[in-house]
Amino acid sequence: MAIAVTPRENTQPMRHELRPRLRLTPGKLLAWLTLVTLSILFLIPFFWMLSTSLKDFNELFSPNWIPERLMWENYRTAFSFGMWGRWWRNTIIITVVSVLGTLLSTSLVAYSFARLRWPGRDLLFSLILATMMLPGVVLLIPQFILFSHLPAFGFQGSRNWVNTFLPLTVPAFTGNAFYIFLLRQFMRGIPMELSEAARIDGASELRIWWMIILPLTKPALAAIAIFQFQGAWEDFMGPLIYLQDERLYTLQLGLRQFEFAAGGAPAWNWLMAASLVVMLPVIVVFLLFQRFFIEGVTLTGMGGR
Amino acid sequence: MAQVVERRTTTITRPFWRPAMREALAGWLFALPWLIGFLVFTAGPMLFSLYTSFTRYNITTTPQWIGLQNYQNLFEDRFFYIALYNTFWMVLVKIPIVVVASIAIALLLNMEVPGGKFFRAVFYLPNVLAGVAAVFLWKWILAPNGLLNRALAWFGIPGPAWFVDPAWTKPGLVVMGMWWIGGNILIYLAGLKGIPHQLYEAAEIDGASSWRKTWHITLPMLSPTIFFQVVTGIIGTFQIFTTAYIITGDQSVTGGPGNSLLFYVLYLYNRAFGRVGVGGFQMGYAAAMAWVLFLIILVITLLQLWLARRWVYYETDGR
Repeated sequence: MAIAVTPRENTQPMRHELRPRLRLTPGKLLAWLTLVTLSILFLIPFFWMLSTSLKDFNELFSPNWIPERLMWENYRTAFSFGMWGRWWRNTIIITVVSVLGTLLSTSLVAYSFARLRWPGRDLLFSLILATMMLPGVVLLIPQFILFSHLPAFGFQGSRNWVNTFLPLTVPAFTGNAFYIFLLRQFMRGIPMELSEAARIDGASELRIWWMIILPLTKPALAAIAIFQFQGAWEDFMGPLIYLQDERLYTLQLGLRQFEFAAGGAPAWNWLMAASLVVMLPVIVVFLLFQRFFIEGVTLTGMGGR
Repeated sequence: MAQVVERRTTTITRPFWRPAMREALAGWLFALPWLIGFLVFTAGPMLFSLYTSFTRYNITTTPQWIGLQNYQNLFEDRFFYIALYNTFWMVLVKIPIVVVASIAIALLLNMEVPGGKFFRAVFYLPNVLAGVAAVFLWKWILAPNGLLNRALAWFGIPGPAWFVDPAWTKPGLVVMGMWWIGGNILIYLAGLKGIPHQLYEAAEIDGASSWRKTWHITLPMLSPTIFFQVVTGIIGTFQIFTTAYIITGDQSVTGGPGNSLLFYVLYLYNRAFGRVGVGGFQMGYAAAMAWVLFLIILVITLLQLWLARRWVYYETDGR
């Protein structure tokens, strides 16, 4: 055994395998130091945000990282503006409904394209791929016109869909090309024998989808849920276009409302306090479900924005 | 006994036209949500938008057919060219910087140094923050006496008035954009992990330096990933909106100091929903703008597909 290993020791170090992972060469040490420096740079904005949010007005433009006096009341002041309670509620409603809608619709549609044979399937699937190439802006105007004509039957006091949550939630129930594509790939990897066996036992397609396919698709569904949550929570353009009544605003719109709330120049300490709190749910979800975020990026290729 | 069982199973599952029919019906029903969505929210609106682009239309009145007037006005519109210039500026400056920086960091991460998972998480963390709050944070960091300029001052460099000086607004956006390259880094990292070890081992036997290995193995093998990132990056950059809208604020009608942040979609928004033009809500004009943007993106993407044959290496090509 030892004889077989020794010659390896004398050759150039192999980069990828059979080496103890943590052995530091000068090159690796340099890489590690660079990475440490870069990650500090990436984290500094967060600390600066936290630090600013705890500063007094007089100290706002001082370079101190730790404020002389920690002004925790900035957070209370920040939330005394506007209708924060309602904006939280609205954001949560829109986010939850659109995540549920996305999961339901994309998993149903992907099941059809991945596991069922029907005439026209391949043609329609290429149509889905084609819509992925379509820039979202092209649909902005006609969708607004459409929603301003669809009747809302007095929902949230509006006659049409504009100024209601409908444009921000209902489309989620019709699927999303990117997620359908991702889920279809995932579902095709599940052995067909599983559903064949269930079919012979007389299970309906709906039952196979729910009892067999969905449990096996959990990692992909988790990634989709997380991306949709993030997208809906941070969506700015959608609410900006469709929500006019301040009582229907989301946190993102509210935050903007807040910029000049203190009269004239932005009160950065209050603004940073409010911003931090609005960001917090997404940061917490990231820290809890990091793995799914990372997997999701690798799976969907949703790297650049 | 055995004969009876055999017969029963065949009579229940064999009628061979029914399962296929049932499966087809189920297929259509399961795909229905997307199909309805496609017809109502995508195909229908697209056709209508094409029609709208030939009309004068402000939602309250009926559309009035004016032929190519919107397109003609667009090509005589000074702001259209400013918006195009600003947008192309971002594409041409930001994309190469993002590509180089994220490949460089991905290469570092791929060296399998201790704490790799931690670094990956740190670089990706900003990517989960895309909303108004993140833009405010950067508006504050890039303020004339903000954090960045103070850091530059330690090195004796007088920092510019980023979002105030028209010459520095777009570079400011590029600096800010660097905080969001984590997603790109992860994708390049995934690409790097997919390169077969044998290639490097063979090169090592030939005594190739690590520089040569990077240049002749890593980059060609990574080129499909780079291509994908460039294509999606350009499409994304063409649609910058939220950052520009929040940074320019409500005080300006068109787009930041000296219109230096008037990007294509921001201008489109201002025409459709903002205060630009007579009476606002110029849906016809905005629809025409959207179609021109669509054509621009289409042409650029096709051009890239054509160019890709020269530099993107697919292993299956057998080249």
